[in-house]
Amino acid sequence: MSENQKSDQKAKTGKIPFVDYLVLDEDPYLQANECESCGARYFDRRNACASCFDDNFRQVPIATEGEVTSFSIVQMGPIPYVSAVVNCDGTSVKCTLMNVEATPESVQLGMNVKLMTYSMGEDSEGTEAIAFGFEPVSS
Amino acid sequence: MGSDAVWIIGSNMTKFGKHPDKDVVDLAAEASRNALKDAGVSLADVGVLGVGNLMNAGAGIGQQLQKQIGQTGIPVFNVSNACATGATALRVAVMAVKAGETDVGMAVGVEKLAGAGLLGQRGPKPESDTWEPSGRHGALSSTEGRIGTSIMPGVFAQVGMEYGHKYGGASFELFARISEKNHAHSTLNPLAAYQKRFTLDEIMNDVMIAYPNTRPMCSGNCDGAAAMIVVSDEKMKSMPSEVQKRAVKISASVLTSDPWVDGCQILPDVNTLTRNAATQAYEQAGIGPEDLDLVELHDCFATAELVHYDNLMLCEEGGAVDFFESGAPWRDGRRPVNVSGGLQSKGHPIAATGIANIHEIVMHLRGEAGDRQIEGAKVGLAHVIGLGSACGVHILEKVA
Repeated sequence: MSENQKSDQKAKTGKIPFVDYLVLDEDPYLQANECESCGARYFDRRNACASCFDDNFRQVPIATEGEVTSFSIVQMGPIPYVSAVVNCDGTSVKCTLMNVEATPESVQLGMNVKLMTYSMGEDSEGTEAIAFGFEPVSS
Repeated sequence: MGSDAVWIIGSNMTKFGKHPDKDVVDLAAEASRNALKDAGVSLADVGVLGVGNLMNAGAGIGQQLQKQIGQTGIPVFNVSNACATGATALRVAVMAVKAGETDVGMAVGVEKLAGAGLLGQRGPKPESDTWEPSGRHGALSSTEGRIGTSIMPGVFAQVGMEYGHKYGGASFELFARISEKNHAHSTLNPLAAYQKRFTLDEIMNDVMIAYPNTRPMCSGNCDGAAAMIVVSDEKMKSMPSEVQKRAVKISASVLTSDPWVDGCQILPDVNTLTRNAATQAYEQAGIGPEDLDLVELHDCFATAELVHYDNLMLCEEGGAVDFFESGAPWRDGRRPVNVSGGLQSKGHPIAATGIANIHEIVMHLRGEAGDRQIEGAKVGLAHVIGLGSACGVHILEKVA
């Protein structure tokens, strides 16, 4: 998301996404910078494509549901959490799994998850930060 | 043998562990002077110095070392390349000798890490009372924990789990058994940081760091240094016969970085660059994985060792679990892996690791590995990988 888009969104909604690639529409989604030449996708700002060196990118929405292809339960801090890689229709996404117990019994490779958002609180100007995670798709 | 062959004639590593009474330069000096003694050459003979150190990468440790062991005015290359730093320092010395710039090169890797804690964790950003996006993701604060993890134990846990998802069979217990092997191996290595054998139960019930890696399944932060003297073929032939007899040929010396693959921005791809380095190394050496008598590979976590069986082509693609289950990588198996104890038990003073693993191979090929000697070892491979990424693979042969 460009700086302009972001400040527009902030002015309109009083909300700011935790990262540029989270788009806070009515149905929030993640957005990648896709290389117009080879289709490689990036969530961060790139000077040129690491795959083909072209420097033309377009913004594309990422599927909001996917499959967990890897995870780890990180237990180094006060609260254990699940770090996961989710394959969203061919695009890998890194995330923390939410609304799931951080135990090996509760998380499975191959489980289906979907994008969710949550508030990180407001700053001194009343702007609310919104973060994303993925949560199990209820069966 | 080609006239451009490069030989190791001197090699040394310090004891890995805690060295509260020695600083980084002390450790580097100890390994360097012992490597020179081992080679029977003087610092006056050395024409290039490659020095690896990660934690003080801007401090010119190479020149600091010279102040303590001899300032001869030769070019010094201070290198930093994550966990492949040591291998990179050796690559510098090997390239200089191959290029004909000098006949004798020295490579040193040194690190003080005892008590350093977890690596890869970024410090907190300055406090602000408004949300301020920063960095290439425009993040409002540290992404650690919010968007998964970037801390090493978690990243490498996911590397192993990803392999499990792709090919199956990679359970918590399997990863723990890999660790059990390396901790068993190190009981025979007097220079290892840890020489304690753990039962499988002890490993699985130890403190969980990042599932499925418990504490003994993570590499040990410790202090240590390793150094190596390399010479040209011509120089080697001019050396006394007792030096020639102990010389070890560097049949392949390869360094790669990670080529772009889909998804590598999400989970670092430690596989492709390792496979590329191994492919190039086997080709350079004119040998295959089936010829290896021992392998020292980068088991920074138990989950990493599994994937590198496959990446180094010690097994068929997708066959790493079966390879381990067959007993092959135990010291009495058909393809011993990490008989030194590996990073999990020998320890991982980062920049020293990429030379120390080659030192381990040198000791076996010379028949000087003591109680842990792999009998009749003639060919060995040493592998390191640093996230970012950089991968070093060296293949060594006992020719004389």
